[in-house]
Amino acid sequence: MPLTSKDDALIETIIKRYPRSRSAIMPLLHLAQARDGYVTPESIEVIAEKLSLETAEVNAVATFYTQYKRKPVGEYHVGICTNTLCAVMGGDAIFEAIKEHLGVENDEVTGDGKVSVEHIECNAACDYAPVVMVNWEFYDNQTVQSTKDLVDSCRAGKPIPPTRGPNELPTWKANSEVLAGVNDGKANEGVAAGEATLLGLKIAKGQ
Amino acid sequence: MTKLTPVLSAFWDQKDSFTIQGYKRNGGYQAIAKALAMPADDVIKVVKDSGLRGRGGAGFPTGMKWGFIPQGDNKEHYFVVNADESEPGTCKDTPLLMANPHSLIEGIIIGSYAIRANYAFIYIRGEVAHVIRRVQQAIDEAYKAGYLGKNILGKGFDLELVLHVGAGAYICGEETALLDSLEGFRGQPRLRPPFPAIAGLYARPTVVNNVESVASVPAIIDKGVEWFAAMGTEKSKGFTLYSLSGHVKNPGQFEAPLGITLRELIEMAGGIRNGHKLKFWTPGGSSTPLFTDAHLDTPLDYEGVAAAGSILGTKALQIFDETVCVVRAVLRWTEFYKHESCGKCTPCREGTWWLVQILQDLESGKGEAKDLDKLLDLCDNIAGRSFCALADGAASPIISSIKYFRDEYLEHLKQGGCPFDPAKSTLFDLAETR
Repeated sequence: MPLTSKDDALIETIIKRYPRSRSAIMPLLHLAQARDGYVTPESIEVIAEKLSLETAEVNAVATFYTQYKRKPVGEYHVGICTNTLCAVMGGDAIFEAIKEHLGVENDEVTGDGKVSVEHIECNAACDYAPVVMVNWEFYDNQTVQSTKDLVDSCRAGKPIPPTRGPNELPTWKANSEVLAGVNDGKANEGVAAGEATLLGLKIAKGQ
Repeated sequence: MTKLTPVLSAFWDQKDSFTIQGYKRNGGYQAIAKALAMPADDVIKVVKDSGLRGRGGAGFPTGMKWGFIPQGDNKEHYFVVNADESEPGTCKDTPLLMANPHSLIEGIIIGSYAIRANYAFIYIRGEVAHVIRRVQQAIDEAYKAGYLGKNILGKGFDLELVLHVGAGAYICGEETALLDSLEGFRGQPRLRPPFPAIAGLYARPTVVNNVESVASVPAIIDKGVEWFAAMGTEKSKGFTLYSLSGHVKNPGQFEAPLGITLRELIEMAGGIRNGHKLKFWTPGGSSTPLFTDAHLDTPLDYEGVAAAGSILGTKALQIFDETVCVVRAVLRWTEFYKHESCGKCTPCREGTWWLVQILQDLESGKGEAKDLDKLLDLCDNIAGRSFCALADGAASPIISSIKYFRDEYLEHLKQGGCPFDPAKSTLFDLAETR
């Protein structure tokens, strides 16, 4: 369902955060994905109207950023890092194995609409390589087998929880709403820091 | 052995380190009281005197940047934090914001007060949902505690702070592209001058600082310039986060005085993984020229790394052992730059595609020896010929890898393919998991 009048109050709140309304275009595009799972032409029209822009101006922004999708992704969108470091440490092997396992190519969704796969660039967790993201939650230190288990759990509707993230993996739409600035009450869930993050501190305490 | 200096990371091992209670219990939000009691110019002077330099890559003195903002100009000023951490290998701001977002918020309050800004933004990359939750919660907590909003601490200073979530574009880590993106446009770099200090966000005077730089400010205000400057080296003062990743036994974050060496850090990380040896590494992300085992004792400060022919960058130390093909590694980085080029400047937009094509040929053994010279010639025509430094970054791994590993490129041509087995560089046994 595209952005509707039910979203008006939230849209107003988002626009009011900024000194100039046009700055709200990115959170509103995230919000559009929270409703439809991707950016639909209908949502583009709503955003353009709310911000007094041409639809072409909103489209120009939506097509620039890779997180805005132009077609549906899965309920669980799996991003496998294949930038150099993750790639050599196993990301390439994971990416190939998962495509084969699910029978999909890059940027494709499984027939049941549950899981889509994309190779992603560095996601700022290199000390946990190889890294896999699902709906932009961290799955650290992955192997071919652990990622197969992960995508299977997503297809079964009982996803394995993230390594550093909420207790339960939110859906793609739910997390898109978080990116739009909506508080889902899960900030206190999960660890403060992972093991690799704390390594230097642990050593310093022993020095 | 250099002693580690956990400051930002000092209490990350406490379960609630990311909450306002956790931060305050560990001395947080004491620096703003001190700073807001000082004339704003004096706050700038303290940061200048500390010698703090930008931790996002360029190493520009933070206090000097703040001092560039024209005062008494009757214009709105903006304080913008670059949390779009995307440089390959870089993984310091993300764990910092997950474990200790309040140190950034306190730094933003101090910085905004110093440059006389009443509006501040954190531009965070969109691919880190849980970090976004933590930062947003920290902002909400700071508002509730009266550290943000109207009349902060009763000192008559107002500040609004907005978290702006990106959408997957490396280029938005470039400060002027970030500003365009924040204004609601495609994130493409601007020609400078004018610099953001004169015409930044909405064409108003704007400071753009990296997360770690800003988060370091409260400790400097709290503990003083002398304390800070006692750490580090002559021109690279203080502590910083070094991120060790790749083929070491225990990768992780190390907060150390500037000038520590990779030899020391690798020792702390338990050495290179068993049975292997160091081949090449990046000192500060993929855009900084590669180093080899000849650079193990290079002091990792701004001057030391520059003198050895690279850039300290983000202190993202990506370690690769002898199982890794340097041509494959460089090709992959080049594909990244090709994908992330915003398309504004022709040399970068077109050149990165050409680089990928030539490198693909070389890696698969189809190229010719003269292709190496063609690559270098292309790099010469791409680096320094675009609005921003993305193109320079794209050239760095290519030029440096040819400098140190020309023979390995040629070996691909001799063998008609890659002489390396990729299965040997993976962390898990491929045969077992198939």
